[in-house]
Amino acid sequence: MCLSVPARIISIDGSMAEVSCGGTIFKAGLQMIENAKPGDYILLHAGFAIQKISDEEAVETLRLLKEMKDAMDEM
Amino acid sequence: MKYIDEFRDKQLVIKLAGHIKNLARGDLAFMEVCGGHTSAIHRFGIKSFLPDNIKLISGPGCPVCVTGKEFIDKAVACSRLKNVIITTFGDLIRVPGTVSSLEKERAKGADIRIVFSGLEALDIAIANPGSRVIFLGIGFETTAPGTAVTIKEALKKRVENFCLLSAHKIMPPAMEAIIKEGVNIDGFICPGHVAAITGSGIFDFIPEKYKLGCVITGFEPVDITQAILMLVNQVNSNDPKTEIQYRRAVTKDGNSMAKKQMEDVFETCDAFWRGFGIIPGSGLKLRKEFTKFDAGEFYQFDPESPENDGSCICGEILRGKKTPPDCPLFGNECLPDNPIGACMVSNEGACNTWFKYSNNECNNYT
Repeated sequence: MCLSVPARIISIDGSMAEVSCGGTIFKAGLQMIENAKPGDYILLHAGFAIQKISDEEAVETLRLLKEMKDAMDEM
Repeated sequence: MKYIDEFRDKQLVIKLAGHIKNLARGDLAFMEVCGGHTSAIHRFGIKSFLPDNIKLISGPGCPVCVTGKEFIDKAVACSRLKNVIITTFGDLIRVPGTVSSLEKERAKGADIRIVFSGLEALDIAIANPGSRVIFLGIGFETTAPGTAVTIKEALKKRVENFCLLSAHKIMPPAMEAIIKEGVNIDGFICPGHVAAITGSGIFDFIPEKYKLGCVITGFEPVDITQAILMLVNQVNSNDPKTEIQYRRAVTKDGNSMAKKQMEDVFETCDAFWRGFGIIPGSGLKLRKEFTKFDAGEFYQFDPESPENDGSCICGEILRGKKTPPDCPLFGNECLPDNPIGACMVSNEGACNTWFKYSNNECNNYT
């Protein structure tokens, strides 16, 4: 129930957006996020965008994990 | 980046699990309190990557599972009334009440519709002015803001035939109840999407008061394995704290707009949780200014009947005391096609997901 899925905003009409989740199109209410624009990735939950996904943080998490993996490979 | 495949890198999971094996000393048990995590742990066979001394225990994180029979009974009673349309998220219709379920009532002709969101339920109300539309609000902090937006829209659009039967709940009191039960755990894998709304701060009382680590976690295998490693590190350094693994979606303060929606519309109340009974301050009810949308204002319900689950042990499973195979009904009378207990209904229920993947622990992912 609390599972939300990453989805990409395709278009915005007022407070509603069309979002793509692996190619399937859903409607998403934008009442809980600011400055949404097409191309942004959001977390879709029960018909609402509940949070924008931070690309910067995702890249940073993967970078740190890669560093750790590389360090272990060298051990 | 699509934020899925990148966090399903199997080689990375194997590396992280190797790290956990090297670092974990003695037996350690961590509880996931989100049904989404329970589902992902089984779906990706996470346990098969981990060393034997790491135990993962499912907690009360599936909203469908913790919803009591009394709520189902109320919804069934409403569905039998004339000119009423029940709107609900899909899983709930299969949960058995005391004598019936919404699925059975629908088969008998009740107008029960599955919706994807509260706004869809509101549209049904607008399209059916001759009927009262009751939306069954279940879910934690992730879902409650959407219901709050829906109620505000109903007010704005002056929709008079829409109301809410709320079983919305909040997570921290249930986590505290688990600790007070004395369940032997060494830390929590905390719900990432609850925290996307609330921020990480709601869990701080757990390390501060109970000295148990909390790691807020995403839902892909790399996320979950990394979180377990972070919890092991916390145990080793004897430094319990709230940490965010799921940084791409969770911040310390959360989503202020969503929190405001929720706070504008709801206030906390005592609530019944399957397996726990009443947990003080763990439910969400409509604030006074929105009571015109409270289904309880229109319909009188019979006094509560005592919860009797027979030999079903869903309650103990939700409290982390037992696992699905401990139940005599599991896989026998109680099956996904014919659930006897709520935990067998939802995809996020411990019994459902255990049944689905237990013979397939090493699935395609592993």
